[in-house]
Amino acid sequence: MLWSSFAQASTFMPPQATKVAESVDNLYIFLLVISLIASVLVIAAMIYFVFKYRRKTDNDKTAYITHNVTAEFLWSFIPLVLFMVCFAWGWKVYHEIRTAPEDSYEIYVRGYKWGWDFEYSNGLVSPAELYVPVGKPVKLLMTSSDVIHSFFIPSFRIKQDVVPGRYSSLWFEVEKPGVYQVFCTEYCGTSHSGMLAKVHAVSEEEFDAFLSGKALEALSPVELGAKLYKTRNCNTCHSIDGSKIIGPTFMNSFGMQREFTDGSTAVVDENYLRESILNAQKKIVKGYPPSMPPYQGVLSDEDVKALIAYIKSLKE
Amino acid sequence: MGAAGENYINCAKGLKSWLITLDHKRIAILYVISVLTFFFVGGIAALGIRLELFSPGPDVMNADTYNQFMTFHGAIMVFMVIIPGIPAIFGNFFLPIMIGAKDVAFPRLNLLSWYLLMFGAIVSISSLLFNGVDTGWTFYTPYSIKGSAGVINMTLGAFIMGMSSVLTGLNFIVTIHKLRCPGMTMKNIPLFVWALYSTAIIQVLATPVLGITLLLLVAERVMGIGIFDPALGGDPVLYQHFFWFYSHPAVYIMILPAMGVISELITTYSKKTIFGYTAIAYSSLAIAAVSFFVWGHHMFVSGQSEVAGIVFSFLTMLVGVPTAIKTFNWVATMYKGSVTLKSSMLFAMGFIFVFTIGGVTGIMLATAGMDVHFHDTYFVVAHFHYVMVGGTLFALMGAIYHWYPKMYGYMYNELLAKLSFVFIFIGFNVTFFPQFILGANGMPRRYFDYIPEYTELNRISTMGSWLIAIGFVIGLVTIIQGFIRKEKAPANPWGSKTLEWTIQSPPTHHNFESTPSVSGGPYEYR
Ligand code: HEC
Ligand SMILES: [Cu+2]
Repeated sequence: MLWSSFAQASTFMPPQATKVAESVDNLYIFLLVISLIASVLVIAAMIYFVFKYRRKTDNDKTAYITHNVTAEFLWSFIPLVLFMVCFAWGWKVYHEIRTAPEDSYEIYVRGYKWGWDFEYSNGLVSPAELYVPVGKPVKLLMTSSDVIHSFFIPSFRIKQDVVPGRYSSLWFEVEKPGVYQVFCTEYCGTSHSGMLAKVHAVSEEEFDAFLSGKALEALSPVELGAKLYKTRNCNTCHSIDGSKIIGPTFMNSFGMQREFTDGSTAVVDENYLRESILNAQKKIVKGYPPSMPPYQGVLSDEDVKALIAYIKSLKE
Repeated sequence: MGAAGENYINCAKGLKSWLITLDHKRIAILYVISVLTFFFVGGIAALGIRLELFSPGPDVMNADTYNQFMTFHGAIMVFMVIIPGIPAIFGNFFLPIMIGAKDVAFPRLNLLSWYLLMFGAIVSISSLLFNGVDTGWTFYTPYSIKGSAGVINMTLGAFIMGMSSVLTGLNFIVTIHKLRCPGMTMKNIPLFVWALYSTAIIQVLATPVLGITLLLLVAERVMGIGIFDPALGGDPVLYQHFFWFYSHPAVYIMILPAMGVISELITTYSKKTIFGYTAIAYSSLAIAAVSFFVWGHHMFVSGQSEVAGIVFSFLTMLVGVPTAIKTFNWVATMYKGSVTLKSSMLFAMGFIFVFTIGGVTGIMLATAGMDVHFHDTYFVVAHFHYVMVGGTLFALMGAIYHWYPKMYGYMYNELLAKLSFVFIFIGFNVTFFPQFILGANGMPRRYFDYIPEYTELNRISTMGSWLIAIGFVIGLVTIIQGFIRKEKAPANPWGSKTLEWTIQSPPTHHNFESTPSVSGGPYEYR
């Protein structure tokens, strides 16, 4: 206990939320301590020698020492032993990270440019918000629909690449209820750094309530739209304060005149918005890159309706 | 031989005499000019990256531009600066002289290497004509197959530069075997030559794999042959195996020559024979050999099997041993020496300082269970900058100052040179140390934007990059001021023992008046 609270206070690691994280942190402390000792020894010896054996005259005589078998044996053998300890300990932890308990609760994960979908056994799909029960092992079965992504939860100390055309898996058992950050850690293009998600570790009852869909029902279209704007990462390219990020701002966009790269024009209305969201590549607004991904098949009709309502509501 | 005062620089005049030269020393100067130019471009990209990361959200560019900066910085620094850097400049200039030869074994091939590098660089940079490349220097599939068409130019360019690397390596191997002067046994060659020899082996054996991989990538893009893209029945992870099979040994192409330089610097400025010549020489070979079997440590979380992960972790630990041996030997060389803190020695000590930190963090990353957390975070970014920038670039700067009198025949202002060290060393640590903490905290690499918690450390890091920039500007001023001041250099200003210091500065076209012969090791300081 003391060991691990020491780990958190002074080692710059994010808060620990799983047993595995604790194992990783113990290993980390060990590595940190031997690294520190080794570095200090080498650097201190070097600096000491500089002062001790400073050149006094241009004709200084120096000792002619070509080698020393004992010293050389020791400084090859001791590092080797230490490295083997690191290796063996690392193996143990790696095994722990890679071996999911038999009775894990399975959730499907789909990574895409640039977001995450979480699908539960009852068909419920939750974008960017992964709800899991506390104290129960959870196994993620992950795949990608475009390029390679990687699912990383710093507080759990685990990550796994998410590869198109195959399933990879990742497991964890959260010990403390809370909200934990998820990052994408395999470079995947424009909004790689906006490809975020959150793990919500909740009690069994809250998790059941979430599964039966209660959490989402109460939202109005504008509220749902505002939520999707964040969870679907529209916010990484579209601002709502009039500034230009990568795409045009949503503020006051409804009713504006748009000119496209092919020379045609249109007024921003519901149909234009729908088409832009589902298949942005069809018409590219002049002055912007064609970098918006298509959301056809990703967003439901319900979602699109909500997003349109939200965009319309942004007026000042 | 030639008239008094004649040397390789003034023995022929005009641009053409440089562009068709077969003299290894002049070719080295061509490399100096091109590598420094590339370094400037790559450095500007680095400053741009850091500036953008000064605050979360877009500051000075948008995400796509950032990703292109990040790719350009990586590709230029790796393929055009660090890989050719020390071998092509200092290897070309000094390898023949150090073993008492008039030139490399194949002077024409040597010139061709330079032209290939330039041609490859131009092809790479022409990718800017398309909407830039944003894949990162690793060109991971399937992203690289689907993105900007500039990837084709960039990878073809890297392919051509790879050929340049192979030819240089081949040339060096043959030169070392065939052109040593009488008495210059393999036990008597300087350690810098041993390092170049080990490097050359990797260049010749590993680079073709990169070449093939990049060609497969181009074939897939242009002709739609399914090799890496799962949509075409390919396997994207296969690409990673191929890529790292080259690119891991390649990090030793980058660091081994630097280690060789450090061996030269430490003995010279400690005026003492090297401690453990044989151990250092063989550890270079050992590193070269084992480096071929560790590529999988880049892929602990790629989905490769657990067993593969363990095996690669084990083999990676083994590379740590010869590396540690070298470091201890350098420090032991200073023991009972006569140490003078010339600017080159400062860079050598700076090297040992940062390289030690780079090394121990390397062991942390090789520890499989630990790497899962650190992989693809700023911890890795910090680690490889400590090894590659802190290591190779510090050695490069040390080498520039150490051999400057020999190469150009002038002395530089020692005080200015030391000032450049102070800025580069402090700036380097201010820039990259916070990145270890960011990475431990979970900040992923290649991020254009980050969560607000990471702001402070990113700010410090960005400010550090300005210090480094100032340091390099001072370095450039030192070099240029030396040319203007024209203070003549003696043949052996540092009291060094290797052969290049026995001839005039700068050397004559033929290096030696008559073929030298040696009877002992390269570091006979008694
Ligand atoms: C990677 C950046 C990116 C992301 C993520 C993104 N967009 Fe876009 N979007 C753009 C760009 C660039 C344009 C302008 C070029 C074009 O017309 O395709 C655009 C255009 C649009 C337009 C037309 C705007 C106008 O005023 O003409 C709409 C509507 C839109 N996006 C909605 C969305 C929604 C809703 C989401 C989230 C589900 C989203 N975008 C996610 C980049 C992005
Ligand atoms: Cu991603």
